[in-house]
Amino acid sequence: MSEAMKLFEVFIRSKRGLDHKHVGSLHAEDAAQALEYARDVYTRRSEGVSIWVVESSMITASQEDDCESFYDPLDDKPYRHATHYQLPEAVNNM
Amino acid sequence: MSEISSEQIKEYVLRLADDAVVQGHRLSEWCSHGPFLEEDLALTNVALDFIGRARMFYAYAAKLADDGSTEDSFAYTRDCREFTNLLIHELPRGDFAFTCVRQYLVDEYSLRFMEELCNSEDPTLAAIAAKAIKESRYHLRRSRDWMLRLGDGTAESNRRMQEALNELWGYTHELFEADRFELSLANAGVAVDPSLLRNEWLTAVSTTCEEATLSLPTENWSVRGGREGIHTEHLGHLLSDLQFLQRAYPGLEW
Repeated sequence: MSEAMKLFEVFIRSKRGLDHKHVGSLHAEDAAQALEYARDVYTRRSEGVSIWVVESSMITASQEDDCESFYDPLDDKPYRHATHYQLPEAVNNM
Repeated sequence: MSEISSEQIKEYVLRLADDAVVQGHRLSEWCSHGPFLEEDLALTNVALDFIGRARMFYAYAAKLADDGSTEDSFAYTRDCREFTNLLIHELPRGDFAFTCVRQYLVDEYSLRFMEELCNSEDPTLAAIAAKAIKESRYHLRRSRDWMLRLGDGTAESNRRMQEALNELWGYTHELFEADRFELSLANAGVAVDPSLLRNEWLTAVSTTCEEATLSLPTENWSVRGGREGIHTEHLGHLLSDLQFLQRAYPGLEW
């Protein structure tokens, strides 16, 4: 594989109405080729109706070191969670 | 199409089946040898499309034969001289450039061929063609892309693509030659007259080659014989691999 190939993250939407989910990554020369490979690598068993590819380098990710400042302050604020409501049974996803 | 017998249609269908199975087998040889993982999967996907196409044709031929023949008996127990595929399909896979150029030349042909076969008065052939068209569109998108990438790539990739094109060119003429048998079926509305596809094919191939900075070969040699069962020395080796299991253990099932 040539050194010049870029890494892409692949997102697949499995059904109309659902959202795109990250399914993995792959190498390609450019976005157009990445889209074709995503079709061949990740939708061979009819997994999707829509594909997004994003160059991995375009993603800014939070770091392990950020955990303390990012997430810990939320631990003692239970009033932000909607945990005390009773959901009607018909509502599956909340 | 009343004067056409099912035996004749079977012979025609076997030609198309043999084209597909041999092309699919050559592509399948790349499995685990692809230049990188993504391309390996993509190539073998295309191989599976061709093998699926072969199965549909063989199954139809078996139905027409109605003598106990099956998809498997056609694919695994006939010898070289009984295979009627066009020679371009059986040439060894060569390097990746050779595989790409062959695939491109075949895809440009295959797409047009299937578009025509869709109009066949034989409903089964028309249905198989309708399914194959969608696959061929994708195949062509891929193979054309490789023509441009590697043709207009590095000096080394351009050299390899040009060599492959020169080597393959003499085998492309056979794609467009119909013998009397095929013409009679074409006149009856069952088969495709491939000579009608040539101009469009040549225009498309010329445009792609120009874009890919490759030159169309001008040499005049050409090779033919596949439809009569006269093959290159390569088909026997291919079949010894493809048919090994059924030859060694006749009738073996999974």
